[in-house]
Amino acid sequence: MGSGNILWSLAKNYFTVGLIGLTISDRYASVVPVRGTSMSPTFNPQTSTFWGSSIDDCVLVEKFCLEKYKFSHGDVVVFSSPSNHKERLIKRIIGLPGDWIGTPHSHDVVKVPEGHCWVEGDNSLSSMDSKSFGPIPLGLINGRVTHIVWPPQRIGEVETRMPQGRFSSF
Amino acid sequence: MGLRNLKQWKSFAIEALNQSFLVAKFLCFLHVTNTYLCTVALTYGPSMLPTLNLTGDLVLAEKISPRIGKVGPGDVVLVRSPVNPRRVVTKRVIGIEGDSVTYVVDPKNSDRSDTIVVPKGHIWIEGDNIYDSNDSRKFGAVPYGLLQAKVFWRVLPPKDFGPLGQRAK
Repeated sequence: MGSGNILWSLAKNYFTVGLIGLTISDRYASVVPVRGTSMSPTFNPQTSTFWGSSIDDCVLVEKFCLEKYKFSHGDVVVFSSPSNHKERLIKRIIGLPGDWIGTPHSHDVVKVPEGHCWVEGDNSLSSMDSKSFGPIPLGLINGRVTHIVWPPQRIGEVETRMPQGRFSSF
Repeated sequence: MGLRNLKQWKSFAIEALNQSFLVAKFLCFLHVTNTYLCTVALTYGPSMLPTLNLTGDLVLAEKISPRIGKVGPGDVVLVRSPVNPRRVVTKRVIGIEGDSVTYVVDPKNSDRSDTIVVPKGHIWIEGDNIYDSNDSRKFGAVPYGLLQAKVFWRVLPPKDFGPLGQRAK
């Protein structure tokens, strides 16, 4: 008789915690792991360690920017991939609406359309980014990366910076 | 006297804390329901004209089908506008990835039509009123990730209360 009650209250507590956690991670901030080397050296600078596998960086993603969709050049953002909506990518914003972007390989200049942005990985050698799929709608963006929270020796702020040698607004 | 006062204050503070926790819990519940299950939307504008009225219909939209990928041609959906991320527009899905879509480029002036294949991970959306609608004919296929919800029920105006499904011809 008593155990049923305990189970019931336990389930209720889990439900409450889940509800509150989900709300906070949707509206305010969440922590996500970074996979792959496309943003190296900002995230995951060293993938091949002595053991063959390394610890992925975990980053703090804030969601307040989604109220206004206001971003600045150099922000690191999380967005869902335009070709597969279940996949989340982390890249740096290089161009905002109205900017002209030069693609390094082919020598043409592309204008970023209204409501879109141009994203690129910091590691230009291995990165699936706007160079392959073009500008993405701002509506795909899921949050802005502000801090690295794990591993402990790498805790710190993620700086907003533009890679050198790229031109943006005229 | 002072001790009793303190006790009173303490119980009052605990009570206030409990109440505000209850309110917070309720708001969280509301948020989760609104984000993962079902949402209410007010639609207006001419782009969906024969189906949805010009002056504002209140519709219910569910969030489960887009999440599990059960959205197909003919469904009325809410999509975050690729042109302005702060706006959500109501359109009808015409084609999903891999479909080839034939559309009239400029219905007001000519009846020249064009055929394209919807790229991977994208959907093709059009308004029912092709003469006055900003849709895929203008900005191309949109990524599936911009899909917000699938409209399934109309609440207001009362005379149109009922399910809102496939195209009514």
